[in-house]
Amino acid sequence: MIKIDHLYKKFGRNQVLLDICLEFRENQAIALIGPNGSGKSTLIKIILGMVLPQEGQVYFEGRPIAGQSLYRQHIGYMPQMSRFPANMTVSQLFHMMKKLRKDEKSRDMDLYRAFEIDQMGSKRLEILSGGMKQKVSAALAFLFDPKVLILDEPTAGLDPIANEILKEKLQKSLGTGRLILISSHILNDLDDITSHVCYLMEGEVKFFKPLEQLKAETAENRLNRIIAQILKHTDTHV
Amino acid sequence: MFNITKFIVSDLIKNWILVLYSVFLLLATLGFFLLEGQGDKAILGVLNLTLLLVPMITVIFSTIYYYNMYEFMVLLLAQPLKRSRILASIFLGLGIAFGLAVGLGLGLPLWILHPTPVALMLVGVALLLTVIFIGLALLVAVWVRDKARGMGFALFLWVYFVLIFDGLVLLMMYNFSDYPIGKVVLFITFLNPVDLGRIMVLMQTEAAALMGYSGAIFRQFFSEWWGLIASLLIMLVWALVPAAISFRMFRVKDL
Repeated sequence: MIKIDHLYKKFGRNQVLLDICLEFRENQAIALIGPNGSGKSTLIKIILGMVLPQEGQVYFEGRPIAGQSLYRQHIGYMPQMSRFPANMTVSQLFHMMKKLRKDEKSRDMDLYRAFEIDQMGSKRLEILSGGMKQKVSAALAFLFDPKVLILDEPTAGLDPIANEILKEKLQKSLGTGRLILISSHILNDLDDITSHVCYLMEGEVKFFKPLEQLKAETAENRLNRIIAQILKHTDTHV
Repeated sequence: MFNITKFIVSDLIKNWILVLYSVFLLLATLGFFLLEGQGDKAILGVLNLTLLLVPMITVIFSTIYYYNMYEFMVLLLAQPLKRSRILASIFLGLGIAFGLAVGLGLGLPLWILHPTPVALMLVGVALLLTVIFIGLALLVAVWVRDKARGMGFALFLWVYFVLIFDGLVLLMMYNFSDYPIGKVVLFITFLNPVDLGRIMVLMQTEAAALMGYSGAIFRQFFSEWWGLIASLLIMLVWALVPAAISFRMFRVKDL
């Protein structure tokens, strides 16, 4: 579904991504993990066409995305941080989004209902708390029933209940021909929803493996233990 | 595109700074006409205020607005929309909102109190300057990633066009006063939309007669219809070129 081919990105003198080659297929839920500054957000932004790579190409369903915008109708994106125009209300925002993409008929209102966004409809976006903004952007990401879901640190600001709702929704979405890409630091949250783990470090892919295989290799069950195991391993060998 | 523009305009017209700006322009215009009575004197007062205030508020507010809209632009960029469309919506939204503010604050009272060609020219110049300085603000904001530095640049642009440029021209005129520089000064004026706007309005008033030899050349140029059209075209170039450059930069920018 998404193929990343020898991707290089520099910000100034700072090499952020170094020869990234990955292929994500449908029915995969990929946990994109790695330390701060390892290039996770940059990789996501390149897939979304917000950051342009120096070299290499990203293909969406076989076609290069360079200069394209239409492929993004298949992607639902929940950014790490959201800020909206100060004087607009929640319902105005949803109204605008629907009007912007009025040709797309399929809607997924599950999260919209579960997060009770209708009830904050008349509230101005400026006065929403961080968690409420996250709820709004999560509902927006799912709104058009996209084939690919990209979530950048989705659980950082959400309360435990909302977190559970989101996780359930992700589990439900998986296995219906979708691709889910989540970047997060909170590994515990990712346990039940990931099928693959992609570990980035200093702009390079350390490994990209199915979770089952990692479990077998490390004889651990929890994602955070697995990662700890692997990192310990590489440390002693290098 | 118009969906986003509509959204931005309805966000902006509820912004208290913009409301204050419009009300201030309105009260100041009324004030000048109350104090100076009818006629050109009041217009000159309004002109001076406009040339100072309109570029400043427009350039500073637009720059801040772009930076504040950054995360929202990221959200829009995740939609199947072209980049140029997103920036165009912001440009258009700011233009409409500021145009409304100028129309209400300046156009309305002038239309009621002093409906003359001079007043029309003044409002036209104010609108052109609005568009020009929104374009300059976007140029700065797209170019400079850091908000504080972008604000500094925007402020500098205002100080340059309103103060520094005039100082440099005066210095030049003083040093070369022995030469026939009237035509040269005319061309130099084209390099500053604020000065160009000032002269375009001044030349429609009686005050033009008080200007010396350069004034005569200016008067000759600006009172002819082709001179007016040429200066309008130059203002349009000022409005379009910075905006066009910012669009080009935005297309390949990492957000």
